[in-house]
Amino acid sequence: MSAGMPIDGSQALPYTQGGDFVSVGEGLCIRRIYPDGEDSDLSARTMINIGPSHPAMHGTIRMVVELDGETIVGVDVIPGYLHRGFEKECEHHTYHQAIPYTDRLNYCSPLINNFGWVETVEKLFEVEATRRTQLIRTYMSEVSRITDHLTCLGAALMELGALTPFLYMIEVRDWLWEHIAGVSGARLTQTYARVGGLARDVTDEWLDRCEQLYVDELIPKLRDVHGLVDHNRIFIDRMRGVGVISREDAVSYGVTGPVLRSTGVGLDVRKYAPYSAYDDVSFDIPIGKYGDNYDRYFVRMREIEESIRICRQLDPMIRATNGEPIAVPDARMTLPDKREVYSNIEALMNHFKLIMEGPRPPKGEAYHAVEGANGELGFYLVSDGTGIPYKARCRPPSFVNMGAIHLMLLGSQVADIVPVFGQINMIGGECDR
Amino acid sequence: MTETPDSTPTPDAEATEPSLSAVLSRVLGGLGDAVLSHHDRLGDDTIVIKASHRLTASRWLMEDPELLFDMLMDSTAVDWIDEEPRFEVVDHFFSTRHQHRLRVKCRVDEDEARVPSLCPLYGSANWMERETYDMYGIEFDGHPDLRRILLYPEFKGFPLRKDYDKLESHPLFEERYPGTRETDEIVHPGPRDLDAPK
Repeated sequence: MSAGMPIDGSQALPYTQGGDFVSVGEGLCIRRIYPDGEDSDLSARTMINIGPSHPAMHGTIRMVVELDGETIVGVDVIPGYLHRGFEKECEHHTYHQAIPYTDRLNYCSPLINNFGWVETVEKLFEVEATRRTQLIRTYMSEVSRITDHLTCLGAALMELGALTPFLYMIEVRDWLWEHIAGVSGARLTQTYARVGGLARDVTDEWLDRCEQLYVDELIPKLRDVHGLVDHNRIFIDRMRGVGVISREDAVSYGVTGPVLRSTGVGLDVRKYAPYSAYDDVSFDIPIGKYGDNYDRYFVRMREIEESIRICRQLDPMIRATNGEPIAVPDARMTLPDKREVYSNIEALMNHFKLIMEGPRPPKGEAYHAVEGANGELGFYLVSDGTGIPYKARCRPPSFVNMGAIHLMLLGSQVADIVPVFGQINMIGGECDR
Repeated sequence: MTETPDSTPTPDAEATEPSLSAVLSRVLGGLGDAVLSHHDRLGDDTIVIKASHRLTASRWLMEDPELLFDMLMDSTAVDWIDEEPRFEVVDHFFSTRHQHRLRVKCRVDEDEARVPSLCPLYGSANWMERETYDMYGIEFDGHPDLRRILLYPEFKGFPLRKDYDKLESHPLFEERYPGTRETDEIVHPGPRDLDAPK
């Protein structure tokens, strides 16, 4: 077998490539389609640049599109404007010190990133978090998922001109963020997870208030948003049939999360590889039918409802485990009690070693995936036995989903970029890392 | 040409476990000698193959009816700077039908850091391999559009290589007040130094 094998040109690609690659200078390589056949008049085409400093591009992505009239016939998507070396930084910090960095991946749902990271480290250690920890993590993940979907939908609707749903949803999101701040201490970058446990315990009053927020704020607002846009002619015209991706292409392009589920593939990490306490709760996976923006909107709206359902099941379970520990009793990763540190030399040394050198998992490698708000958020860690990851890789759902956006854009119109981009919910911190 | 020695000295070379998972035993049966070593530590089924087999092995993994790995979930690399061959390309496959996973690794040398691209099989390979190229300088044969993706074209070097200094920078424009950047003076010891031999 020859290495450097040439692509077998006779073999058709098992997926839609979405246009030919055409180099157009200045480091750009667009994917170009020919709607009128190969002999279409290229001189009639216009090249325009959208972003990165453009409100619809969320300030972090650049697109060079080739237009024929109003139709997009070529596109090059250029991410990376928010690249800050997440993986390089992780390779220079201990497993504990990297937790705040994970907040900054998907900053709309930081807790899911936190938990994904620490669960991967726990997998390296081969320890399992305590029951109460798992329940709280699951609960918090769902609150985070709600805030992420609220952000995504609110922003996407606002970009279509519907400002009222945006104000409704962002208000609820901030109620929830403030509420999370009540237990984590921070509103946006929450850093609530610890390797082997959690930063703080939740109280019954906190759970009461969360349920009250669902009843008083979230559920009425969701109903209002449904009433405002679901049957709105403008909304349907801009969403239905726009940004369509087929099921096969979505799978081949590694698309996950609500975008994949909108095409009718009911895949969810919480179902097929349950982590934390997802085994113990029952919930449905909403799926779409046509793989367009309208389905993505509904999948997200329904997922919020399912998240509320999960939280309500977890609520009594968390109350039943009141007083149980939230950290594994393992000196390799859990900080000793402060009173012990001040009175006991072993605890003092343990504390010092954990802070200065970090928890030291045994040599090995682990991949662990959690269901982020935008899809499968995976961490691949390689440990060389020290307190610092030898390799830390984040499998970013936004980045991979953006790799398929040209399929949704080619052949549609310039104005469609905004809703398609909004429903992909690209989060710059995670896409560019 | 990627020439990887048959007996790649991987840290995973180990005696065969008596009880293998269904996926791993099927893979080992189907790929035969192409698999250099395997393990299922921490529950992750892993095989190591020759770099030149990356595309053909993936095609078989994708088409085999019992495996059907139709999704390339993740593709990245690891820089084992002290070892030979130096780079390890790591792919994570997932089957939407059977919902199982497989990690496939292959080693390439620094001088001939080329592996076959998976672009003929998976759409997601395009951006992920571009990122691996961007960060590690590993080239992918048959990739239609191998450019930097997260970094800018003028960037020098490959930042996730272990011999790339974290503080190195390539400013695209002149500094307004040269020599005032904090990083010019402060030497960060880095926590890894604590583990250095005394």
